[in-house]
Amino acid sequence: MKRITRILLVAFALAGFFIARAALSITGAGATFPYPMYSKWFAEYHKKDANIEFNYQSIGSGGGIKQITEGTVDFGASDGPMNDDQLKAFQDKHGFPVLHFPTVLGADVLTYNIPGVTVDLNFTPEAIAGIFLGKITKWNDPAIAGTNKGVNLPANDIYVVHRSDGSGTTYIWTDYLSKISDDWKNKVGKNTSVNWPVGLGGKGNEGVSGLVKQTPNAVGYVELIYAVQNKMPYGAVKNSSGAFIKADLASVTAAAAGAAKNMPDDFRVSITDAPGKTAYPISSFTWLLIPSKFSDASKRDAIKGFVKWMLADGQNYTEALSYAKLPKEVVAKEEKALNSIQ
Amino acid sequence: MSTASTTLPSAGPAAGSRSFLSRLREGDEIARLVTFLFAASVVLITILLVFELWQGSVLPRHKFGFAFFHTSVWDPVFEKFGALPFIYGTVVTSVLALLIAVPLGIGAAIFLAELAPARVSDTLEFFIDLLAAVPSVIYGLLGFFIVVPLMREYVQPGLKNTLGFLPFFQGPAYGLGFLTAGIVLAIMVIPYIISVSREVLLSVPRDQREAALALGSTRWESTWKVVVPFARSGIMGSIFLALARALGETMAVSMVIGNAPIISASLFSPGDSIASVIANQFSEATGELYTQSLIELGLVLFLLTFLLNGLARILILVTSQRGSGMGNA
Repeated sequence: MKRITRILLVAFALAGFFIARAALSITGAGATFPYPMYSKWFAEYHKKDANIEFNYQSIGSGGGIKQITEGTVDFGASDGPMNDDQLKAFQDKHGFPVLHFPTVLGADVLTYNIPGVTVDLNFTPEAIAGIFLGKITKWNDPAIAGTNKGVNLPANDIYVVHRSDGSGTTYIWTDYLSKISDDWKNKVGKNTSVNWPVGLGGKGNEGVSGLVKQTPNAVGYVELIYAVQNKMPYGAVKNSSGAFIKADLASVTAAAAGAAKNMPDDFRVSITDAPGKTAYPISSFTWLLIPSKFSDASKRDAIKGFVKWMLADGQNYTEALSYAKLPKEVVAKEEKALNSIQ
Repeated sequence: MSTASTTLPSAGPAAGSRSFLSRLREGDEIARLVTFLFAASVVLITILLVFELWQGSVLPRHKFGFAFFHTSVWDPVFEKFGALPFIYGTVVTSVLALLIAVPLGIGAAIFLAELAPARVSDTLEFFIDLLAAVPSVIYGLLGFFIVVPLMREYVQPGLKNTLGFLPFFQGPAYGLGFLTAGIVLAIMVIPYIISVSREVLLSVPRDQREAALALGSTRWESTWKVVVPFARSGIMGSIFLALARALGETMAVSMVIGNAPIISASLFSPGDSIASVIANQFSEATGELYTQSLIELGLVLFLLTFLLNGLARILILVTSQRGSGMGNA
């Protein structure tokens, strides 16, 4: 009995020691898309500085924006930038603004399942908008066939598949469609979920890809990383310079570089349909949302230290996980912005 | 009472007899109070739930009013929200599920309780309980990877060729949709119906059966005309349980219904249900009106459950009166 008590005491003492050692716990919440990247970064950073522990919950971009506004987490994360109303809500509540910091890049690709077609298809923006508006309903429509000479496209009905859950992937997709099609902009618009003119909904990337895989003549959009990891076929998209570009890490970073020249100071920029000969047009940043003022100096220094490391060494981990890294111009600009956090 | 008085003195032998008696009385009071509180907490939770849903949906209630119930546009971008397609999808899939599950489930329960040898009945009961314990996401996955392709390749084309003149079996065969969701839901609720109905049928007193047999009825007549009517309220209870589960089922429905807010007479059409759209969109809902509209959907689901349960109860009342009238005649 005594022995058990002693063992327990030692165990408690040890536990207390370790809890005391992990001195600083920083909580964040938000986007699911960069979650694998963030958890890798947080683990690596913890190895570097064992005093700091990051605790990130991938509850979705909307949830990240809500929680950082309410002040229940130290930082948020989002696949879409906060809109003006959301920024104002934060400012009104806290008395200082929240800042956006791009971390990595992602892209959406168009995946399809057409019996007998094994080559990569070329899609024009008009064809994509037409398909998702329900105006192009057959695979052999001239809008699709015209840019795919030599491919034997069937006269079958196109089954459109989209995300049923609200997601940053949908935000990027609808943001792109809103830019290239006025019809889409006026009728549907951009958001994490929209009122789809046509199609079936699948939950998550796996839901959409599952539906596309098992339904002949289906087409849908998924994240580039998901398509790459699952070896799904996806099409090239015509960019603003008129070139058909297939999404890969280089073409996504190129889109960011194209946009970097006109990067606003708050980093809230959409890089869909970006300029640049090699830019893939359906790309996007994902952001950390960090308050510009901290009452706790140790937390402030920890977060600043992490972002600084993420922009430098951290970027080397991106490509192993199929995320496109930030262009140099953006990194330089972010390092400057980081200094403004008080 | 007698057990309490025999066990308690041994628990506190040192206490004086007078104070012990009063403490016992106090103990009774305490037990009564505590258990009452437990019972009351159920009511309290229900009231709190409605209150929270009501409070949380102020904006859409004021903005849309009753239009929320009868408009069918759900547009997060332009902030127009109407619940009709979701109400329709919830009701249609649940009703479909019951149409399939009730005859199958009750039939199976009758076999297990009345006709099967005890050993077979007990073994099967074990499997049925197992089925009832399978998480709904598993049913969803099975539905998505097995039922959906089967529906698309065989069932829907077959129905279209034979019964295609009916409005229920028209349009493209996606594999997903109301019919598929109804079938998957039926598979999910059948174990409940079988399990509860079997218990109820087994608890029908022996003399009821013996009396019927003694009057010269066949085994089937005694089962169908005596045992089943005797157990009717219990069987109805099992159907309620199934209905409640079908109405609120989220994951499995979400995976096979197609998630498009469409109202269509065709059971092949994709649709959406209340629970499914809440689960799909709540975490990424941006803006107060959008979030609150989803909360109001929760309120609608609550009302719908309430309403359908009420209707079912009235139905029982009516049929049981008719039943007893026939029995008298």
